[in-house]
Amino acid sequence: MTADATKYLSHLELGERDETFLDSNELIINMGPQHPATHGVLRVILKLDGEKVLGTECVIGYLHRGVEKIAEHRTYTMFNPYVDRMDYVAAVSNGLGYCEAVEKLLNVQAPPRANYVRVILTELNRIASHQLWLGTHALDIGAMTPLFYTFRDREEILKIFEKYCGARLTTHAFRIGGCLYETYDGFERDVKKFVDFVTPKIDEYEELLTTNRIWVERTKGVGYISAKDCIALGVTGPVLRASGVKWDIRKAQPYANYSEFDFEIPTGQNGDTYDRYLVRLVEMRQSLRIISQAVERIPEGPIMAKVPKVIKPPVGEIYHSIEAPKGELGYFIVSDGSTQPYRIRVRPPSFVNLQALDLMVRGALVADVIAVIGTLDIVLGEVDR
Amino acid sequence: MADENKSSSPPPPGNEPKPGAGKQSGSVEPLPPADKPAPVSNPAPTSTSEPKPAAPPKPGGPESAGATPPTKPPAPAAAPPKPTGPVPVAWESGMVNKLRGQYGSGIEALTCLGQNYIVADSSLTFELLQVMRDEEEFDYCVDVTAVHYPKREKQFDLVWILYSFPRNERVRVKTMIAENETFPTVSNIWPTANWLEREVFDMFGIKFEGHPDMKRILLPDGWKGHPLRKDYGIIEQDKEWVQINLGIESGQ
Repeated sequence: MTADATKYLSHLELGERDETFLDSNELIINMGPQHPATHGVLRVILKLDGEKVLGTECVIGYLHRGVEKIAEHRTYTMFNPYVDRMDYVAAVSNGLGYCEAVEKLLNVQAPPRANYVRVILTELNRIASHQLWLGTHALDIGAMTPLFYTFRDREEILKIFEKYCGARLTTHAFRIGGCLYETYDGFERDVKKFVDFVTPKIDEYEELLTTNRIWVERTKGVGYISAKDCIALGVTGPVLRASGVKWDIRKAQPYANYSEFDFEIPTGQNGDTYDRYLVRLVEMRQSLRIISQAVERIPEGPIMAKVPKVIKPPVGEIYHSIEAPKGELGYFIVSDGSTQPYRIRVRPPSFVNLQALDLMVRGALVADVIAVIGTLDIVLGEVDR
Repeated sequence: MADENKSSSPPPPGNEPKPGAGKQSGSVEPLPPADKPAPVSNPAPTSTSEPKPAAPPKPGGPESAGATPPTKPPAPAAAPPKPTGPVPVAWESGMVNKLRGQYGSGIEALTCLGQNYIVADSSLTFELLQVMRDEEEFDYCVDVTAVHYPKREKQFDLVWILYSFPRNERVRVKTMIAENETFPTVSNIWPTANWLEREVFDMFGIKFEGHPDMKRILLPDGWKGHPLRKDYGIIEQDKEWVQINLGIESGQ
């Protein structure tokens, strides 16, 4: 045990030797920051009794870039690309939340056509994010094949992004007031083709995992969290829904034009890793449903609202949040009437969800910590900002 | 940044950030060329101040990010020449009437841009938050954050963003506290506030009394300074820490 580690573990009551398994000493080990299963630079200090986890402490901030500080020194327009770098696997969602928040502050409405394009891209991004989650999560637990399957299929989404705006990952697809780019020729065709292509692929993932004995053993009952704890800890997104709370901002407080689409919110009952896996798979299918409805109905018209060239929102403040693939992503923006935001606070779902890790792994095995980090679906770029 | 190309509205006279000119566009200051020690006075107290530069559109452009702290309650007064933005109006609801009856003039419930918020006296706020949680069913604390207004006597706005699952309703609670003033933790009311308060402490230096683990969360433990304060420059850093721990002259 290093002195450094004990410093961090002040709240874990490192006392005299407790009664432990086989009367061995408690062990404190470091997982990360450079560990393939922490999905980035996350350091978890584990207090162990043999193989059993007695407590954890997360040390984060390795990827801290001061995004909120940068925002205060950029114009509203200039800050837009930065939000893509927070949750970089769901950059489109980040952009949507930011643009809508500023639009609200400006009292501008994106035109209907822009909203449709936004919904299509955001839902495609949700699928891409869930695919990446599924591939890496399964890999952590020891199933290698799903990674190849999901990356193969995610590629098709990234191709659509690339054709639409030239970038694959940090897309900067939306602008304050709508979208910069008109859809390219064949956009609708590509999207429909993708929906037809990926629908059977999701069945394929299910075939690999849903009834796979090893998968079930490794995920059922692992990382349990109750609905009550979820709410108390502010956990949102698929994790909350897998614990049985039917809450999705797309339904509860619809933004963009989500109220026009017909889709279900999947929920689980057990609040364990397996249910979270099922919830996310159903979410992918529901996203496909939204996409197919949207792509059929894209209206003609302008794709950009009339916004002033210099964006200068009036004095005021706004909180706007969207349902990102990981949970509630909120932007709290304070404007002092100048071209630069006075303060932007990002409410990151990954950061808040990660806080639940300690509760979820207490009493579990070390290998389950890996499974739980995977099932929380955190992105360290967003945790640290 | 070329996103405005399509909007056909006549360009306002102010200097706007041109697509390619990211570096030195008049209205913004990407990285202040000023030297490092300077930023102490950098964003906040820069010249352009009270009579906002907006009305007579000077080509020089407004340049200071945080020139005028928009003190919240007198917001309309702060910007007379503007195409005045949304004016907060009193928020009326059953809950608010009840709270008004309870706290009288200590709280002010307002609606702005369709969002409700309560500005409360700092001595009442903790109790108010508890009431919100226990009696008004605001069971989900979405966020805890702060805003720094260096020119104000009470420099910090503390903001809690609350949501109620049963009511499907959001509300913000705000209060003002002075520098070096502490505030009781709400992490025993909403456990999620644990990390959120640590982040506020890390970024603003506001301490929460009774917090189980009040220490930095994103920055390293030994770091000096609180970056989201307005008097902390954007390229400022704890040089000593960088030199000792990273073995380099500067991270810039």
